[in-house]
Amino acid sequence: MDEKKTLKVQKIKNGIVIDHIPCGRALKVLKILNIEGDIGSSVSIAMHVRSRYGWKDIVKIEDRYLEEKELDKIALVAPTATVNIIKNYEVVKKHKVQVPDKIVGIVRCTNPRCITNQNEPLTPEFYVISKEPLIIKCKYCERDMESEEIIENII
Amino acid sequence: MMFKGKDIVSIKELSKKEIDRIFEVAEEMVPIARGEKKSEILRGYVLATLFFEPSTRTRLSFETAMHRLGGGVIGFSNPKATSISKGETLADTIRIIDLYSDVIVIRHPYEGSARLAAEFAQHPVINAGDGAGQHPTQTLLDLFTMAREFGDIKGLNIALIGDLKYGRTVHSLAYILSELGANIYLVSPPLLRMPRHIIRELKSKPVEVDNLDDIVEEVDVFYVTRIQKERFPDPTEYRKVAGTYSITEKLLSRAKKSAIVMHPLPRVGEIATEVDKLPHARYFQQAFNGVPVRMALLSLVLGVV
Repeated sequence: MDEKKTLKVQKIKNGIVIDHIPCGRALKVLKILNIEGDIGSSVSIAMHVRSRYGWKDIVKIEDRYLEEKELDKIALVAPTATVNIIKNYEVVKKHKVQVPDKIVGIVRCTNPRCITNQNEPLTPEFYVISKEPLIIKCKYCERDMESEEIIENII
Repeated sequence: MMFKGKDIVSIKELSKKEIDRIFEVAEEMVPIARGEKKSEILRGYVLATLFFEPSTRTRLSFETAMHRLGGGVIGFSNPKATSISKGETLADTIRIIDLYSDVIVIRHPYEGSARLAAEFAQHPVINAGDGAGQHPTQTLLDLFTMAREFGDIKGLNIALIGDLKYGRTVHSLAYILSELGANIYLVSPPLLRMPRHIIRELKSKPVEVDNLDDIVEEVDVFYVTRIQKERFPDPTEYRKVAGTYSITEKLLSRAKKSAIVMHPLPRVGEIATEVDKLPHARYFQQAFNGVPVRMALLSLVLGVV
């Protein structure tokens, strides 16, 4: 019990804290950031944590910063998340992730007959039709994709 | 409005103004398409028709359109005889053909392939059908047929009949008809209803009807599509359904005098041959209209009109 508590509150020196992840999505966030096996730094996850707005998940990763593309990916899985950048135990930057208007190169089209799935030199691209609930449309085959389907097809 | 160099990939990218302009030019092309007048406006231009999937009408009407305007045509209708069968990407094929021609017409089994072609080609690309996706020139010739008959599309009662689930022509047609303010009736067996995601994109909500009999007196355009046997697990069920959605002389005796019957063809029994001689029949005219509409598109995207 104590150990868990420590994990939950333990501060990191340098790295990121992804907060306000919808309950149950923490592992998906790690997955899309390709955090598995030995990544050379410590990762802590807190799942089902009480917050002001109900329950949430939290992920802390030491010595790791995110690229723009990764932030967009997090927005697809956890649109409510905030990313805190920690330097020397202090939060130096805090930003809320945002679903971009165009999703380029981070999601694969779910339509097996879409030209983007045929070994052509193309980057999959989607227009965001609606942010809440998330609906995106493939620029090539014009097929719509929704929430879970989008998450399953993150590259 | 700039047409020169424009790709025609999806009907959704054409404004009402642009469609009007296409029809204006198409109307001028009608006597040339019939062979009554001669034209050389596309002399020296080369059209490439890349048909990765068989099609008779669409390919021949594009080729006729180019020839009628004095242009030349290269292309293939059997990809097995080309380097595609050696595993070349579509992107590379397009890059090469683009160097040989001034405009490309493509039909391909994969959805979104025309968009890819438009990105890799410097010259304009016209989509002649990409899998279950878009087929904008069919939609335009359908609209042109209605516009020639009635003038304005707005307020027309248009019944889309038959296979509304798999038939790609009805998907883009429904979209543009609703944009232009037509009242749409969807008449199909429950198994072949129009998909929700297509209906969701329509500006005004269409009326779904099971029975053609209920609306026959109100309809201005009967747009009939083929119900394919292979969509039904049970052949008896198919026969029963196919009969219910067929257009006969008897049914049309109750229709408006001015009502017309259209079909993207080929038909297989959805319209009785006895209807051919009735003043309502427009499907052969509709097939002909593919030529002037494609002549208009070719000359517009090549910037000669």
